[in-house]
Amino acid sequence: MMRLPSFRYLAPKDAAETAKILTGEGPDAMIVAGGTDLYPNMKRRHQMPKTLVSLRNVNDLRGVEMNGAVTIGSNETLRGLERNAELKTRLPALWTAVQSISTPILRNMGTIGGNVCLDTRCNYYNQNWEWRRGIDFCMKCDGTVCWVAPSSSVCWAVNSSDTVPVLIAMGAKFTLVSTRGERTIEAIEMFGEDGIDYLTKQKDEVLTRIEIPDQGNATSVYRKVRRRGAFDFPVAAVAARVEMDGDEVKDVNLVLNAVGPKPVVCESTQEFLKGKKLTPEVVEEAAKLAARGAKPLDNTDHLSMWRKKVVSVEVKRALGALR
Amino acid sequence: MSDDNGTPLSPEQQGLRDQLKEGYNLIGKSPIKVDGMAKTTGETKFADDLSLPRQLFVKLHRSHVAYARIKSIDTSKAEALPGVVAVLTGESLPIPFGILPVSQDEHALCIDKVRFIGDPVAAVAAIDEDVAFEAMQLIHVEYEKLDPVFDPAKALLNNEEPLHDYGDDGNVHKRVSMNFGDVEGAFDDADLVLEEKYFFEGNTHLPLEQHATLAWREPDGRLTVWSCTQTPHYVHKAMSNVLEMPPSRVRIIATPNGGGFGGKSDPFNHEIVCAKLALITNRPCKIALTREEVFYCHRGRHPTLMNMKVGFRKDGQMTGMHFQSLLDGGGYGSYGVASTYYTGALQTVTYKLPNYRFDGVRTFTNKPPCGPKRGHGTPQPRFALEVHLDRAAHELGIDPADIRLNHLCPPDSITANWLKVGSMGLGPCIEKVVEASGWRERYGKLPHGKGLGLACSSYISGAGLPIYWNAMPHSGVTVQLDRGGGVAVFCGETEIGQGSDTVLAMCVAEVLGIELEDIRLVVGDTHTTPVDLGSYSSRVTLMMGNAAFQAAERAREMIAKAAGERLEVPSVRLRFAENRVFDVQDPEHGLTFAKAVQLAETKFGTIAVAGSYTPPATPGKYRGAGVGPSPAYSYSAAVIQVDVDPETGETVVEKIWVAHDIGQSINEMLVIGQVEGGVYMGLGEAIMEEMTYRPNRFGVHKIPSMLEYKSPTTYEMPPVETFLIEDPDPNGPFGAKEVGQGPLLPIMPAVANAVFDAVGVRVDEIPVTPDKVLKAMTSKDKRYGPTKYPDLKITDTMYVKTLEQGGDGTSPRPPKAPTSSGKKVSS
Amino acid sequence: MNPTTEAGGPPPPPTSLAKTHMVLRVNGEDHEVAFRPHKTLLEVLREDMDLTGTKHGCELGECGTCTVLMDGEPKLSCLVLGLESDGVDIETVEGMAGPEGGHPLQHTFAELGAAQCGYCTPGFLLTAKAVLEDDKDPSRETLVEELSGNLCRCTGYLKIYEAIELAAQRMREKGSSDEGGSHV
Ligand SMILES: Cc1cc2nc3c(=O)[nH]c(=O)nc-3n(C[C@H](O)[C@H](O)[C@H](O)COP(=O)(O)OP(=O)(O)OC[C@H]3O[C@@H](n4cnc5c(N)ncnc54)[C@H](O)[C@@H]3O)c2cc1C
Ligand code: SF4
Ligand code: FES
Ligand code: FES
Repeated sequence: MMRLPSFRYLAPKDAAETAKILTGEGPDAMIVAGGTDLYPNMKRRHQMPKTLVSLRNVNDLRGVEMNGAVTIGSNETLRGLERNAELKTRLPALWTAVQSISTPILRNMGTIGGNVCLDTRCNYYNQNWEWRRGIDFCMKCDGTVCWVAPSSSVCWAVNSSDTVPVLIAMGAKFTLVSTRGERTIEAIEMFGEDGIDYLTKQKDEVLTRIEIPDQGNATSVYRKVRRRGAFDFPVAAVAARVEMDGDEVKDVNLVLNAVGPKPVVCESTQEFLKGKKLTPEVVEEAAKLAARGAKPLDNTDHLSMWRKKVVSVEVKRALGALR
Repeated sequence: MSDDNGTPLSPEQQGLRDQLKEGYNLIGKSPIKVDGMAKTTGETKFADDLSLPRQLFVKLHRSHVAYARIKSIDTSKAEALPGVVAVLTGESLPIPFGILPVSQDEHALCIDKVRFIGDPVAAVAAIDEDVAFEAMQLIHVEYEKLDPVFDPAKALLNNEEPLHDYGDDGNVHKRVSMNFGDVEGAFDDADLVLEEKYFFEGNTHLPLEQHATLAWREPDGRLTVWSCTQTPHYVHKAMSNVLEMPPSRVRIIATPNGGGFGGKSDPFNHEIVCAKLALITNRPCKIALTREEVFYCHRGRHPTLMNMKVGFRKDGQMTGMHFQSLLDGGGYGSYGVASTYYTGALQTVTYKLPNYRFDGVRTFTNKPPCGPKRGHGTPQPRFALEVHLDRAAHELGIDPADIRLNHLCPPDSITANWLKVGSMGLGPCIEKVVEASGWRERYGKLPHGKGLGLACSSYISGAGLPIYWNAMPHSGVTVQLDRGGGVAVFCGETEIGQGSDTVLAMCVAEVLGIELEDIRLVVGDTHTTPVDLGSYSSRVTLMMGNAAFQAAERAREMIAKAAGERLEVPSVRLRFAENRVFDVQDPEHGLTFAKAVQLAETKFGTIAVAGSYTPPATPGKYRGAGVGPSPAYSYSAAVIQVDVDPETGETVVEKIWVAHDIGQSINEMLVIGQVEGGVYMGLGEAIMEEMTYRPNRFGVHKIPSMLEYKSPTTYEMPPVETFLIEDPDPNGPFGAKEVGQGPLLPIMPAVANAVFDAVGVRVDEIPVTPDKVLKAMTSKDKRYGPTKYPDLKITDTMYVKTLEQGGDGTSPRPPKAPTSSGKKVSS
Repeated sequence: MNPTTEAGGPPPPPTSLAKTHMVLRVNGEDHEVAFRPHKTLLEVLREDMDLTGTKHGCELGECGTCTVLMDGEPKLSCLVLGLESDGVDIETVEGMAGPEGGHPLQHTFAELGAAQCGYCTPGFLLTAKAVLEDDKDPSRETLVEELSGNLCRCTGYLKIYEAIELAAQRMREKGSSDEGGSHV
């Protein structure tokens, strides 16, 4: 059996205590929520925290509040969100993203906080130590070279979260708590350019809340590409949010994910679309434009060339659905 | 059922024949599996569920380089680790082994060289898995790297440092070329000659149970090994040979397999290592492989590059075929020689094919060894042939169903390559799926993106010859009667999920007229059960079933004699049913089964009788004729409906209709289960499963995990409509033929053919993935597939006259002297 | 980055071998168990409690074979620590049958051939049990979705659906979903 390395296990009662422990333990401590990302990584020995700070007894991070805005506690399980009928009607794109994650059983365990903080993924990295030794390791863990892009100075491991692109498109904000206090950031600000330092969140910060502003008249859609209907991470994903003024685009957010270390906000496409009618020609053009921002490399399932092609198809379909 | 050849039947035997003619009690019905409740209550003990007091845990240190000479192994750090009890290297196990007598090329732990990433070099036994894991990592091996070869086309060119020092030349493990009839003349005669190249990517079994073994040195020094193997008999041979222990002191017990599919049919290095460590430490030792290690055991589908050239007449009749296959064998021989022959064996048994030539080459490469996976060697050529027929049908303007239906291989015939076809139900299979799918109305007429595809197949019900040459039975069954009416049945067969335990019990229960609950099975144990060669080549139902029938018949004969005397009824009139023995003319006049057994025991003494089965002789006598013959061939046909997304190439399989010629179902539920399971596995192969490596990164396995090796989930599995064609085959027990492998075979070509119907492109490569469909759609020739075929360097072709040409099944030239090993090749 | 070692050496071993003592509630009974703190529930059940009915196929969350019920919800025992399982009602396949015999699902899986090799079966049974708690008459679509986290290599899932549908029917006819003596 694949077994875990040993660790110290702490289960604080609230977010403040969690933050305190993280500060005290230093960078060798890691938060574990559902464990569905961290435990496999630990079994493969590419994440080896000496101390695990579990959120399992932390109750102030659970629950969903719905006023104008929707506020989700980071420790809410994916299944909890999936079962939330109001969430499904109010934020169907987010619901679709949640529902597309892994499997029903894993969604009973995984949390949205863990999904936001999900480690980046790469076929050269999500392997055990013996395997990685066969390729002489790689930059993200134990080695020096990125085998996906050997001349690269950064890691291209892929942000594979399903909820992140939707949260970014919807203008969500993340609240982070540490012993230094609380700060709230725009969702996109959470993510770094490098697959190694993929979060701007400091190691001692706890993600506590995700706030999704009132979506007004805007409608959103999420499209995920993967080989199988369950288990699989996205190999390309598109989140689109459009607010119309009559039949013209007033505001639009278009976010790609699973095509690089950082979710891609398609700014020029957004600019291009503003004020336009979503005719098939415009949508087609926008799709081409957006696909330029996607630079998938050969480190996930499916060929990178194919992923690049389907990005534009999926953008087209996403915008088409919002027409 | 196995009838006596000409010898008159005894009254008791006649009585049984009459009884069966009046209708079956159990056969053809769907009683609950004998191991059903054990499996649903968690009681079934799989290998890793077993443990013994003081047990040690074994881990293998595996090579992280693909090809190298071992210079030194430093185990000192591992040995010094507290909790480590023993460390083992290859020197302690110098005797090679391998499933085929001609390919004894594996060592339990590598001695001279490592041949793929994952090849085991050393082993540790420690007090628990954590310690064993740590110790395994502390072993240091110094390698002298060698130039690895990953591409079989490159392996064909004489390599400077071949993987092995045996085989046909360089890295060519096996090269065969056989010509039956006048193939060149057949092409001259043809109205259309079609030639195309096909590729079938490798894939693996992925049983949910990871391999595990528990070994125990008994106090008296004997060895008992529990292992999840499909072939305890062959593990027994290899184990006693490598450990240099008399086979009589080595006992292999096959635990129920949590899925096998061919992946547990070889004797494995981890089994031998575990046993050796149990002997050395004098403590029970257990090894349980991780999922990644299971990928390294492999023995799965050979990646195969094929060239198919066929001549057709205008009406679709094939005049001749020249088929070439290049198999990527991986690092060791395994079943590879047989696999190579199998890629050329069964092209002849589905449709009339008067002239046939086959060239096949298997090369060694620095990857985990390939071997037998469900369909062993035949899915690749079947894919090529069935797509080829689809092509021909289009060129000739014939419906793909008709090109097959009009030229079926006749029953009771001998094929060009000297296979004897008995019952042949492919015609009704095709008619069933054509009718059920609405083929005639819908094929070629669905909107763009939707398509139907049809393909057929055949498979052997057991190989005609054993793996190593001998004239002994292939299966044996002992039936032992208890005075209480209980029946103990002993057989070496192994339950791998296919339901062989249930089939065994049903065959005995039918003959003796008792219930399944009155039977207790002892199976898969080389020390207490008669040999059954194993759960491979779809042989168990036919061979074990015949042996069980014979054993039960012999027991019945004794009971009938004794009961007849007591009841004063001629034994031909006795019937066995509902746990009674009675007069068919006066059913009230009878005895309980238990009472009848007591009378028999009084008359004959303790009753324990055996039955056995040896397949009939085969007409082919040429060298290589050992692969392909079978007592009976099963047939299948499938129609598949797909929905192809023309913009992304993604293919959804919407519905599958499949018909299977089973001869006679023993247990209908099990048969349908095998059909559905085969269809599922074929679907995975057709659209997503791939065993691939990164040659650019030293040959690591690209994706050794359940997440990245794509096995279809509930979402990918479409509804399946199954039809069984029952036309009892005289060679099968109660007329039964195989079902474990055949129904997988038509799925891959049917998907490819359906994609063609949907979007008009040919994907001549398995799996049919979205990128390939898309590439085909944008290519000039509307095709994706291999374009080059290497020279197989065939210099020596064996010419065999067909029956039509007046041949006698032999090849004119005497067989060449075997090259490296004096032992005989067979299946 | 999480460098595990200095240049090329193997990752450090588990250091703590001291066992944790705790009470786990498994199949309706409290059990006192001692196990090393880094052990998963899967390992604790199989190795420290001899409950080998729970199987494993990957230990990484990728197959569903190790599914158990925790407070009635299917969870992967390979990704839950033993430590995280206190105060939770754990149900394994061994707990599905009661004195009157098996759970309806156990019978229908056996009767309809939904267990071929039987290795995925415990996981499917527990997932199915949870499904039937929520939905007494699940549609095929529901089953496809809810069972999509359990892989089976033998059956192609079809017989599994049929077995669940038959069990659901029998349970509806009996009028109660916890017939069959289950503990939870
Ligand atoms: C087979 C399989 C398939 C999967 N498929 C998908 C998929 O399709 N899509 C997808 O998006 N994910 C997928 N996942 C990944 C994972 O299950 C989900 O992303 C899940 O939401 C992670 O949540 P968790 O609570 O289990 O995270 P954990 O494993 O507990 O944590 C993940 C990371 O987040 C950090 N973290 C967790 N909570 C906090 C917090 N509150 N504050 C700060 N840091 C925190 C942890 O330290 C850790 O680094 C899959 C996983 C598996 C095993
Ligand atoms: S992208 Fe490069 S550095 Fe990052 S994990 Fe993959 S191989 Fe390693
Ligand atoms: S063992 Fe595969 S999911 Fe737990
Ligand atoms: S029955 Fe064998 S894996 Fe499901």
